[in-house]
Amino acid sequence: MTRTAPPDVPPIQDTVVHIAAAGLACTAGKRVVLRDVDFAVRRGEMLALVGANGSGKSTLLRALAGIRRPAAGEVLLDDAPLRRLSARRRARAVALVGQEEAPPADLIVGEMVALGRTPHRPPWAGGDAAERAAVLAALDQVGLGYAVDHPVEQLSGGERRRALLARGLAQQSPLLLLDEPTNHLDLRHQLGLLRTVRGLGNTVVVAIHDLDLAATFCDRIAVLHNGTLLTIGTPEEALTPAVIHDAFGVLATPVTHPITGRAHLLFSADETEPHP
Amino acid sequence: MLLVLLAASAVVSAGFGAEPLPWSTVVDALANRLTGATGDAMFDVIVWEIRVPRTLLAIVVGAGLAVAGTGIQTLVRNPLADPYLLGVSAGASVGATAVITFGVLTAAGLWALSVGALLGALGAALLVFGVAMAQGGLTPLRLVLIGTVLSAAFSAVASFLVFRSANPQAAQAVLFWLLGSLSGAAWNQLPLVAGAVVVIGGVLVSGSGWLDALATSPDTAAALGVPVRAVRSGLFVLLAALVGVLVAVAGSIGFVGLVLPHISRMLVGARHRAVLPVAALAGAVFLVWVDVAARIAVRPTEIPLSVVTGLIGAPVFLVLMARRHYRFGADR
Repeated sequence: MTRTAPPDVPPIQDTVVHIAAAGLACTAGKRVVLRDVDFAVRRGEMLALVGANGSGKSTLLRALAGIRRPAAGEVLLDDAPLRRLSARRRARAVALVGQEEAPPADLIVGEMVALGRTPHRPPWAGGDAAERAAVLAALDQVGLGYAVDHPVEQLSGGERRRALLARGLAQQSPLLLLDEPTNHLDLRHQLGLLRTVRGLGNTVVVAIHDLDLAATFCDRIAVLHNGTLLTIGTPEEALTPAVIHDAFGVLATPVTHPITGRAHLLFSADETEPHP
Repeated sequence: MLLVLLAASAVVSAGFGAEPLPWSTVVDALANRLTGATGDAMFDVIVWEIRVPRTLLAIVVGAGLAVAGTGIQTLVRNPLADPYLLGVSAGASVGATAVITFGVLTAAGLWALSVGALLGALGAALLVFGVAMAQGGLTPLRLVLIGTVLSAAFSAVASFLVFRSANPQAAQAVLFWLLGSLSGAAWNQLPLVAGAVVVIGGVLVSGSGWLDALATSPDTAAALGVPVRAVRSGLFVLLAALVGVLVAVAGSIGFVGLVLPHISRMLVGARHRAVLPVAALAGAVFLVWVDVAARIAVRPTEIPLSVVTGLIGAPVFLVLMARRHYRFGADR
């Protein structure tokens, strides 16, 4: 875990609340997936959602994107209830790139990214030069400009993730919600993708498993555990050994990197915990 | 190119039939009609009153089936879906069988069969829609299952009606109707069918951006601002109406709605803006020639269209499956 942000990371732009969850709860059938989640994300901030599998990260992102109706509570976008927005206006304000998305294999990469323009055009329009320019710009941001005319099925797993991110970028919404965008990426592309996202200046909420990456790139970290918000704060505040033990059931030992001087966490199994 | 092929097919196909005509005679008869000149009266009747409406109906029904197949494959996100998945054709068969075997709707006269089929189709569609909504919405898997189950039930009812019928000819008539035929083509039914195909096809094309997103995944579509529930309901209603009309005039012709969308996607990619018109044109050309084959294969009797489409369609589908680079719109 790194305690200091890298120098190329811009500071938080201001303290205006962009999106907030107020007493949010979600259920799947009778099972409560999320309950009593309260937090606010400031404009231009990058917030990491961390937590064990099944802790509710994806559900929370879907609720924030307005595609999952909360059982209780409310999502507030710019201080107004998100549910009052029409689907199209909502999609112009919030872009979600999901975790399990498998783009249709018949599509060309450029066509797939152009889906991100859907909220900006009537359903009968599309395919014009302006759209092509927006698609190319989004692909260039993730370093995939060369693949615009390739079939999606010829992309590698990592390229697919980046193409999906490009679709989210083509949506040109100020708020970006990303569900494990670094899955299937090698180390270099994990860093590159998060650096790209960080450099956009958008408000970003990103679900991520790697605590080190979360601490390196995000302003604050929200730790979810069994559907509740365990804690939220700067990486130093949120990722304490006690919180990590509660959320993940592992022991964390802070150490200092011998060369960079940054703080990292070493993990070891808690032998007192029953092995899953 | 498809348009040229379609126009040529339409003219040439009018030459084939129980009474073969050289295509110059066909052109003469058409030219005489269009210019108001008088030609040979017998050829005029054959071409203008029998062959031309039949060819036009083949064009319209072929296009409509291909459009409906494309729409249904997007609605249920399943490459094996065909237009009859929604229970519409099985419901239509109940209506048609009731007309054939028990003579209900005799008040409708010549239209009884079509009206009965249409009523059966719409009733079945309503039932599928209602059951799906009651169970939580028009999700792809639920629609596939409910459509399949209710289709089986409707087919059972139709079989029961045939079984109970005292008329030995009824089974033959029902079978012929079920397998599809354009032999009842007449000018007066064309406007309704053509109107349904053009209007509903037009609506689908104008919603192609939303259909593209829906084909990707319902969640993605929702996140992209597509009103998923409304689009699904609208798509269901449009497709049920379209298929109901097509089944009412031509019976259930198999394979066109299943195979043509795939062929179209292989030609022009996955975007509905391109897939729908190409599928419609290809379906029109295909059914014109299928109908020709049905007319001349065992002259002077006609064979049902599904016999021809099945014999052509099954191998075509297998060849498509063997082509590894085409993925049927699915990822894995």
